[in-house]
Amino acid sequence: MGDRRSKSFYFLGAFFIAYVLFLYGPMFAIYILSFQGPDGGLTFPMNGVSLVWFGKVFSGGGIVDIGAAFKRSLKLGLVVMILTVLISVSAGMAFRKAFRGSTILFYVAIASLIMPSIITSLGIALEFRLLDDFIVKHSEGWTTAMGLFTSGLGAHLTWTLPFGLLIMFAIFNRFDGRLEEAARDLGATPWQTFRHVVLPIILPSVVGIGLFGFTLSWDELARSSQAIGSVNTLPLELQGLTTTVTKPDIYALGSITSAVSFLVIFLALIVILVLQARQRRHGSDAGQGMV
Amino acid sequence: MMLIFALFFLLPLVFVTIVSAWDYNEYEMIPAFSLRGYTDTFEGCIADLPELCTILKTYLKTVKLCLLTWSLTLFIGFTVAYFLAFHVRSKTWQIVLTLLCTIPFWTSNVIRMIAWIPLLGRNGLVNKGLQGMGLIHQPLEWLLFSEFSVVLALVHLFTFFMVVPIFNSMIRIDKRLIEAAYDAGATGWQTLVNIIIPLAKPGIVIGSIFVITIVMGDFVTIGVMGGQQIPSAGKIIEARLNALQFPAAAANAVILLGITILIISSLTRIVDIRREL
Repeated sequence: MGDRRSKSFYFLGAFFIAYVLFLYGPMFAIYILSFQGPDGGLTFPMNGVSLVWFGKVFSGGGIVDIGAAFKRSLKLGLVVMILTVLISVSAGMAFRKAFRGSTILFYVAIASLIMPSIITSLGIALEFRLLDDFIVKHSEGWTTAMGLFTSGLGAHLTWTLPFGLLIMFAIFNRFDGRLEEAARDLGATPWQTFRHVVLPIILPSVVGIGLFGFTLSWDELARSSQAIGSVNTLPLELQGLTTTVTKPDIYALGSITSAVSFLVIFLALIVILVLQARQRRHGSDAGQGMV
Repeated sequence: MMLIFALFFLLPLVFVTIVSAWDYNEYEMIPAFSLRGYTDTFEGCIADLPELCTILKTYLKTVKLCLLTWSLTLFIGFTVAYFLAFHVRSKTWQIVLTLLCTIPFWTSNVIRMIAWIPLLGRNGLVNKGLQGMGLIHQPLEWLLFSEFSVVLALVHLFTFFMVVPIFNSMIRIDKRLIEAAYDAGATGWQTLVNIIIPLAKPGIVIGSIFVITIVMGDFVTIGVMGGQQIPSAGKIIEARLNALQFPAAAANAVILLGITILIISSLTRIVDIRREL
């Protein structure tokens, strides 16, 4: 290949730009529309600019309790994030050595990732329904075991954990095992090796896993649909609204939800960049002793 | 980890299979063996034989939507990945542009769906624009809540799943191979067909598995973008569930599962997933 850009570069570049516009264009349309004036409808043109619809969302507007759904989603997202990080990292470490059942676990994780969500969701709903039936038979007054942090949490984990695991695989495929050997030779305990050698190196990617864990849970819909119990998460409320609402407040809600996503993405990327910069600065600490 | 998958993935699947063979009435399931879930699903199929019955039509429609989405995402995903892998030269730009493609994936699917409404609706931008240019006089009705909008939204949502694995395979192709082909006098097209596509095949297959399984089981996108009017395999399950007919829903889930496994196993014949990570 020569140094000059070929014709195909410009052609493909244009294609790429078109793709990015296709990705972002519609989203920006609703962000703009959520600032629609009080008399505005669901589509362009804008009838003035206002924050009316945002106000409607926060005051509840009488439709559904958005605030509560918002908090539920946030809480669930955080718990899912923490569990995803903890479990993925430990599983990632474990997978570096072959252990019994590792192949099966791997295929189960992949299967969980590509299984149509509705089937997983249905299965979890059935499982908890049968469990309820069983308990009701044996004790009085039991209502249900199904809920945000039992069935809902489980449903989300079947979706986030495979992603976390795959990211860990990608990291450890590029990880230099000699670093750990060196640490061991210097007399570090396994925990010290992990804490001072492995963890700092993989930390940026671990933040990435956390990002995946949170955003996937925050936006998850299909798996939650049957498994969440009597309360709804934010995406479920949103989906319900698409059929009933004819005012721009749905766009306002959409903008807020996206804003949370973007905030999380932005924070995570900053943390990753800072960590990477620190790694470069402290890249070689030869002769400085252990901190 | 195994425990979580066992509790929330394997066990539920077992229950789905068991319950699919249970009997049921209007409001509850009865733990007795019966194939009613299955027979109800295919009700009237033999009677209408020369014509296809509803359920088969629904599955055919799902497969059709799936194939359309698959071919479009494959084309777009491959082109985008090719551009990122071979035409973007600096590492920083590669990361920045990949992130640009990834960020929408981290935002809500529902919002990305409803985002099409102001564009495609009867008074939406596209119709207004076309009318303004004098190209059409009546608003185009097929833009929104139609198969067109469903496929558009699916492509919009899931091309990402194609881009990443294909990019991942392409980035590992030894650039010297391409130079060798170039030196040997291969045209750009020949290089693409004989070198890049075969080497990017694992990525293509993995991406295809993702897209196909997602679309086969999808009921949200098809529901929202189809105005709840277009039937699909996922929607049957949802409808049965809303009617509290759990065994029937489970029977449909088992059928869907069977079809999905069939597709995946034929695709995994081509590549070994674990080796490619």
